[in-house]
Amino acid sequence: MSEGTVRLRPPRNALDRRAIAWWRWQWALVFAPAVFVLALLGLLIPPAAVWLLVPAAVLALAGAVWCVVLPRWWFGLHRWEVTETAVYVRSGFLWQEWRVAPLSRVQTVDTLRGPLQQRFGLATVTVTTASARGAVKLSGLDARVAADVAERLTERTDATPGDAT
Amino acid sequence: MSGWRRLDRRTLGVTAVLLAGITVSAGTPIAIGTRSLWLAPAAVLFIGGGVLADYVRWRHTRFRCTAERLEVEFAFVAHTRKSLLRERIRGVDLTANPLHRAFGVAVLSIGTGRDEKITLSPLARADAEALRTELLHRIPEPAAHDGPLAILDPRWIRYAPVSFVAPALGLSAFGALFKVADWFGAGGGLLKWLLNLFGGLSLAVSVLLLLVLALVVGVAGAVGLFVEMWWNHRLDREPGGTLRVRRGLFTTRSITIEERRLRGVELVEPLGARLAGAARVDAIATGMKRDDGKTEAKTLLPPAPRAIAREVAARVTGEPVTDVPLVPHPPAARGGRLRWALLTALAPVLVLLGLGALLTDVLLVLGGLLAVVALPVAVLLALDAYRGLGHGSRGRYLLMRAGSVRRSTAVLARDGVLGWTVKQSVFQRRRGLATFTATTAAGSGAYSIRDADADEGLAFAVAAVPEVLEAFASVPAEASRT
Repeated sequence: MSEGTVRLRPPRNALDRRAIAWWRWQWALVFAPAVFVLALLGLLIPPAAVWLLVPAAVLALAGAVWCVVLPRWWFGLHRWEVTETAVYVRSGFLWQEWRVAPLSRVQTVDTLRGPLQQRFGLATVTVTTASARGAVKLSGLDARVAADVAERLTERTDATPGDAT
Repeated sequence: MSGWRRLDRRTLGVTAVLLAGITVSAGTPIAIGTRSLWLAPAAVLFIGGGVLADYVRWRHTRFRCTAERLEVEFAFVAHTRKSLLRERIRGVDLTANPLHRAFGVAVLSIGTGRDEKITLSPLARADAEALRTELLHRIPEPAAHDGPLAILDPRWIRYAPVSFVAPALGLSAFGALFKVADWFGAGGGLLKWLLNLFGGLSLAVSVLLLLVLALVVGVAGAVGLFVEMWWNHRLDREPGGTLRVRRGLFTTRSITIEERRLRGVELVEPLGARLAGAARVDAIATGMKRDDGKTEAKTLLPPAPRAIAREVAARVTGEPVTDVPLVPHPPAARGGRLRWALLTALAPVLVLLGLGALLTDVLLVLGGLLAVVALPVAVLLALDAYRGLGHGSRGRYLLMRAGSVRRSTAVLARDGVLGWTVKQSVFQRRRGLATFTATTAAGSGAYSIRDADADEGLAFAVAAVPEVLEAFASVPAEASRT
């Protein structure tokens, strides 16, 4: 890492490899409808065909590059770790972000599996504290790992007295 | 006090007068318009029905305060019962609008700081006070009175016109005027009449005069609002560990904040107030809903001279937190602010100039004028924002200062920090800066040290709250803790 980076060490664990495919599909589902609509209109309205088909092609190409290249890069940036005392997550590149929530302050642990995530056997664990803005999200974990993490965190949280504010 | 009790009977009077007021004010125009007689019996029916409903509510509502719980029961057809554990009660607020005051009653609302809330509307004023004391001061202590922490000085009213409320009120007054005129299809006529008010003056001068008029109206409104909100303001520390704010000219309010819930205070200096040398003190407390902002429940001290605001902050937190020298942020943070300010100011100027070159010279002139006004303002704000940046610590508190248009110095208790979020954009990384955000259950949920030196800021954040970031910092915290 370059000189000015915050001196926080990277969390120990990478996400599950399947997260790359998951991200690809997510973005494909963003690009595809736009390309489809443009192309369809281009075919249905012959006078404006060029004005619609060219943007459609450009968008399709950009989307393809986006979906192929970026997720692989993101994979290296997103890391997570759960220690005896805290949950620690790193994410983002243009706006890199490190989040730490001590387990003694955790209030709820939620596991979420969207339709796409289920398809890839992935899950997202959201760890919230009493702060409205302090949630820590571990997304793109293997579903079994996620269940394990959630269980461990829940045990720890139940053991903590008080309302963690 | 453990038997079942009732609300105050005078609620019937309050309801009757309120409904009569509504009937008269809404009914008069209709009566004038339609000249029909059926309005009178309808009005009587409306008021009578309302009072009857209120009678049923009063007759069948009872409450009691046992050793453990506060219970409210309503038993008429359906049966509802609410109860709060007394030890979980966090706030007991009293409100009395002019009508309540005329009848000598007040509304008591009791909350746990979460979603549960009981409102007793209304109780006799003395009973409400007594119940408040009973609910809050579970351990009766000898009154160790060291006088109020703050009392409103009427001279502080001079800070009302410099708030952002003034222009907003002025413009919205005009807006409302035009809206009403528009309902009657007279919007254009009103504008013409207003512009003709100034005789033969040119359009530009007339518009300018109208703006001045709006500002005068706004200032008057802001002063009025300030007086209504803050008259008789008084901040006390009460035995039993609560802070109490009492205020209001027509509607009187009493707001209680438990010190257990307090995670610090925020010294807020909006630009206008800061130029006038004033600052406001807000509480950073848990369990205050964000939508409570409308009544400014969190404000402990209205805009007051800065020295007084600092003293109040120090007395509330119990430490001289406001005379700590703060660590300034690296000059790179100034460069970033200047760039952003110039970009935001230049964008509309360039658009105007571009359009002007294509379309008409008028836009060129406008663009030039905007550049002359906006660029220096942007630069000044950016420099001021940089000067405002700083962080430090004192005893059990962390201090974080930022902002220019709304400068805020957050004084946050270390043990109130739940976790840290560190953010670094590409630009920040190049310049060795980072933003450190402490998350908390209180106040706005997160308070940030913006654009601090990446290493120094991390060392500060590590040292500030033990055992949160320490394990993840790759530089030993001791080495950089100077």
